[in-house]
Amino acid sequence: MKKVKIFITLKEGVLDPQGKAVQEALQANGFPDVAETRVGKYIEMTLPNEADVALEVQRMCDKLLANPVMEEYSYTVEEGIRS
Amino acid sequence: MKFAVIVFPGSNCDRDMYHAVRDGLGEEVDLVWYENANLADYDAILLPGGFSYGDYLRSGAIASVSNVLNQIKMKAEAGTPVLGVCNGFQILLETGLLPGAMLRNEKLKFMCHYETLVVERDDTMFTSGYEKGQQIEIPIAHGEGNYYCDDVTLEELKQNNQIVFTYKNNPNGSRADIAGIVNKAGNVLGMMPHPERAVEDLLGSSDGLAMFQSVLQHWREMYVTTS
Repeated sequence: MKKVKIFITLKEGVLDPQGKAVQEALQANGFPDVAETRVGKYIEMTLPNEADVALEVQRMCDKLLANPVMEEYSYTVEEGIRS
Repeated sequence: MKFAVIVFPGSNCDRDMYHAVRDGLGEEVDLVWYENANLADYDAILLPGGFSYGDYLRSGAIASVSNVLNQIKMKAEAGTPVLGVCNGFQILLETGLLPGAMLRNEKLKFMCHYETLVVERDDTMFTSGYEKGQQIEIPIAHGEGNYYCDDVTLEELKQNNQIVFTYKNNPNGSRADIAGIVNKAGNVLGMMPHPERAVEDLLGSSDGLAMFQSVLQHWREMYVTTS
């Protein structure tokens, strides 16, 4: 099996109120240098070895997992995972 | 006229919507569970507020890929009035029936209070009962009502005259103070404020009733002939 790890974040330039609040809390708690904090989503799943991961993941993200109006995504694939 | 209020797991303003149509407007209305729904006989579709599917993934995202949305898209294409309020608006954005997306409120707070809306258009099937520039009091209740779209989309919305309601005092950070937009054809309206919660003075405002009356008026003009 292949293990797919998908990361979804708000696009650059889109205001991230959550990221901003987290950053302000960090700065107030002894991490004054923290900058450009973004809060995103992490989704993991397995797909069968024969799956065309690039195509499937792209379709899943475009259809449901990410909203292209405001979000972008990236993913990594680990091959040869035993079930 | 026969209205359908679509009920998803997690909808929680469905009964308010039902009450607004049945008792406020005095027309026929059904609560329609999203699974195996048959919308063929309905003259208008109402997508109520709430937290469909617990807002998992994104508000409205999972409801937007349910089967009933295919029927709603077909009804929308055929010209049937479709009104999405709050979570219903989020669902319409997620399906692509309306452009844009919702972000968390700028101040991250869930807000539940009356807002003053400015009626930007009085020539839609949803707003003919108002006057352009009129200010109406309608309650909001949302944590993710910060309307977002890119510059190109905003320009299109303006050029096509799709902005129907704006906030007088923007509570959530929405671009261009947008509170409600309509599709190009004019029969799909999405808005974050809740007109269905403002249909009788006893509850604080009846400013929302004219929206339902407008839809009814439009339908009568279209389909009811008087001799």
